Amino acid sequence: MSATTAERVADYPPHPGTFVEEGYSLKSWLLTTDHKRIAILYLLAITFFFFLGGAAAVIFRLELMTPQADLVSNETYNKLFTIHGVIMVWFFLIPSIPAVLGNFLVPLMIGARDLAFPKLNLASWYIYMFSAALTIASIVLGGVDTGWTFYTPYSSMFSNSHVMLAVIGIFINGFSSILTGLNFIVTIHRMRAPGLTWSRLPLFIWSMYATSIVFVLATPVLAITLTMVGIERVFHIGIFDPSIGGDPLLFQHLFWFYSHPAVYIMILPAMGVVSELISCFSRRRPFGYSFIALSSVAIAVLGFLVWGHHLFVSGQSMYGGLVFSLLSYLVAIPSAIKVFNWTATLHRGSIAWDTPMLYALGFIGLFTIGGLTGLLLAALGIDVHVHDTYFVIAHFHYIMVGGAVMAYLGGIHYWWPKMSGKLYPEWWGRFSALIIFVGFNLTFFPQFILGYLGMPRRYHEYPPEFQIYHVMSTAGASILAVGYVLPLCYLLWSLKYGKPAGSNPWQATGLEWQTHSPPKTHNFDVTPVVTDEAYTYVEGKEQFVG
Amino acid sequence: MNPESFRFVPEQASSIAGEVDLLYFCLLGFSAVLILGIGGCILYFAVRYRRKPGEVPTPKPVHGALRLELIWTITPLVIALGLFGWGARIFIQEQTPPPDAMDVYVVGKQWMWKIQHPEGKREINELHLPLGKPVRLILTSMDVIHDFYVPAFRTKKDALPGTYTQEWFTPTKVGKYHFFCSQYCGTEHSKMIGWVYVMEPVRYAEWLASGTPDVPAAEAGAALFHTFACDTCHGQHGPTLAGLYRSNVKLSDGTVVFADDNYLRNSILQPSAQIAAGYTTVMPAYKGILSEEQVIQLIAYIKSLASAKRPESTEVKP
Repeated sequence: MSATTAERVADYPPHPGTFVEEGYSLKSWLLTTDHKRIAILYLLAITFFFFLGGAAAVIFRLELMTPQADLVSNETYNKLFTIHGVIMVWFFLIPSIPAVLGNFLVPLMIGARDLAFPKLNLASWYIYMFSAALTIASIVLGGVDTGWTFYTPYSSMFSNSHVMLAVIGIFINGFSSILTGLNFIVTIHRMRAPGLTWSRLPLFIWSMYATSIVFVLATPVLAITLTMVGIERVFHIGIFDPSIGGDPLLFQHLFWFYSHPAVYIMILPAMGVVSELISCFSRRRPFGYSFIALSSVAIAVLGFLVWGHHLFVSGQSMYGGLVFSLLSYLVAIPSAIKVFNWTATLHRGSIAWDTPMLYALGFIGLFTIGGLTGLLLAALGIDVHVHDTYFVIAHFHYIMVGGAVMAYLGGIHYWWPKMSGKLYPEWWGRFSALIIFVGFNLTFFPQFILGYLGMPRRYHEYPPEFQIYHVMSTAGASILAVGYVLPLCYLLWSLKYGKPAGSNPWQATGLEWQTHSPPKTHNFDVTPVVTDEAYTYVEGKEQFVG
Repeated sequence: MNPESFRFVPEQASSIAGEVDLLYFCLLGFSAVLILGIGGCILYFAVRYRRKPGEVPTPKPVHGALRLELIWTITPLVIALGLFGWGARIFIQEQTPPPDAMDVYVVGKQWMWKIQHPEGKREINELHLPLGKPVRLILTSMDVIHDFYVPAFRTKKDALPGTYTQEWFTPTKVGKYHFFCSQYCGTEHSKMIGWVYVMEPVRYAEWLASGTPDVPAAEAGAALFHTFACDTCHGQHGPTLAGLYRSNVKLSDGTVVFADDNYLRNSILQPSAQIAAGYTTVMPAYKGILSEEQVIQLIAYIKSLASAKRPESTEVKP
């Protein structure tokens, strides 16, 4: 993608400073409508939640070192895994790539000055923070013990914990997602730079577009479902509890109608990031651009039709199970297409082993394992055995952590020079990526074996024959924890001591690299005009160095 | 911790376990081939096409290959459909208990399992079973959702409040196996575990006969039937219960339903929901009056009448 600047007159007065220099006061940050500043606000918030959710995991992993209860009580244990799930899903994973990288990059990548609705964008952040405050309050007041899935009638009629506060928090959180999705959809439709047709869009934008559609369509269902839990809990109107006339499975259908697409909310953006990284670090246009782009849309659509695979052993009808199993196999195909195309992109590329690329390659491997074990879970005969065991835990952590978090970290490293204007220390970056890869596999691979052996999830105590694999998993979690703290340290260090990045340290092609690092408040001095397809890495082509 | 800890597969103690493991290992093999293939390609390409220091990158431009795209779209699709069929075949088997299966009632509550055998024997957190005989567990819950999971049998099913679900297996190996509650049910979820004892049929009969003599569930149900004065109508001017179980019942709105355990349960607890054709709702609802165990006993009694000839038999296939 190239920008021809000569014949364009500046659309707006050139702005002297970068977006950071716009103002240093707290007020200038809290009242900003600049998408880049809002992205930084999100970055600070979700980093805090990532480590909070991670701390909960560290405690229960330590508890699980031994079969008997020793570190925490069963009530505390149940609250810890609930906190871990709620925070990681709604306050870290779902907003991670869209709200941080998406916010920062969508306007830059399409050559726009900001998102379509800058004030709404700021409102999204405030809604997110308000919902986070309510959820934190529910933890501080004593916690929630329902698990992040809030299954009824336990959550609506039986749990004595702070369910209402947490449910209200998550309800409100959903509106932050919906508004962000709406903002992205309108922005991508209406604000693309001249010449930037749909077939020239970076794959990250395609994935953001698909994600936004899921945000807007699925999240309201979560809001409705949680409202019904609240109504039953407070007014005892029978919706889910059969003792007052409800149907307990109704909740699971509604919940997974949202939460399965939510899985794709977490992984689609990750796929978008990886497409960018693979392309840049092998200096090739992604193999099968249109197949990767359209498979994102296919995943978004099919993702709405597979929720019943969470209900194979719930008492759902056998025929329901058969249909949902078939559809779950179909949704695997677009993911497989992506993996094959990424791999083919590497063929005869010019591959640089920079930190973001290490994350991207790690992503492909771990996501493939996560996806293939998904095939095992979609196989009805096997799922009946491993449903609600550690096999499921391992599977979705390979997707969520091995996939989404690896891609997020890869993206953070890749765009860090753009966001901060500074280079991070490359050696430390590679070292941490390796530590994370090793720690992750040691944590979660043994859980596949545990699950097939029959170890149920959400167990505070367990029979001693499972211990060996739990010990491995906890050892891995300790390594993983170190791996996650390292980037926090050296990225912060680089803000002060890092070398200046220049506008395009990776010699990448995207529009975001054709402006200053960090970008000026209005992103571009002149509106870029796009004359080429995305990812035109060709010999001798000059990249912007301004 | 001993070498026994390094197991990869639980014991195979049911007729379906071997089939599940076979599919599992085939899928693992398939996954391993793909992961090694893709991982191998990635590593090979990453090393082979590694950018040397100081090198000016001159990659060859990419042209998407439609043929390649079609191959790697259609091949996985065909394989996926095959895997779906294989998994589905096992599942259909798992979901279809044979008609001669022995019914055992399992009631979950926070945080224990109450089990009742047709012969009247009751157990808590233990389940004794004879070797080689198909067993159908009829599950329900008194509070939240639980799940009865026996890893050695490779099967589980949620126990829902307010309805019956079923789960069946044929134990094929004498031994002692864990069962777990595998649906999170609150504070002591991880304590809701117990043991299945699979015994030689002779030993099982001995076990049944041991201890205080038990009243068979059907007999207890018959007594309840009398106590609650059900016989005032049923068998007189009310719908007859003889031969009702597993027959097709015509309802007053013209639909035909299959009289399974759930139908009997609902008809006792909320009779007005489904009215047999030709009758009016005079029967009171027993919801909140009968305990889960009493309902089970009444159903056992009605089932014991199943062999009797149904007067105006409506032989519609389900």
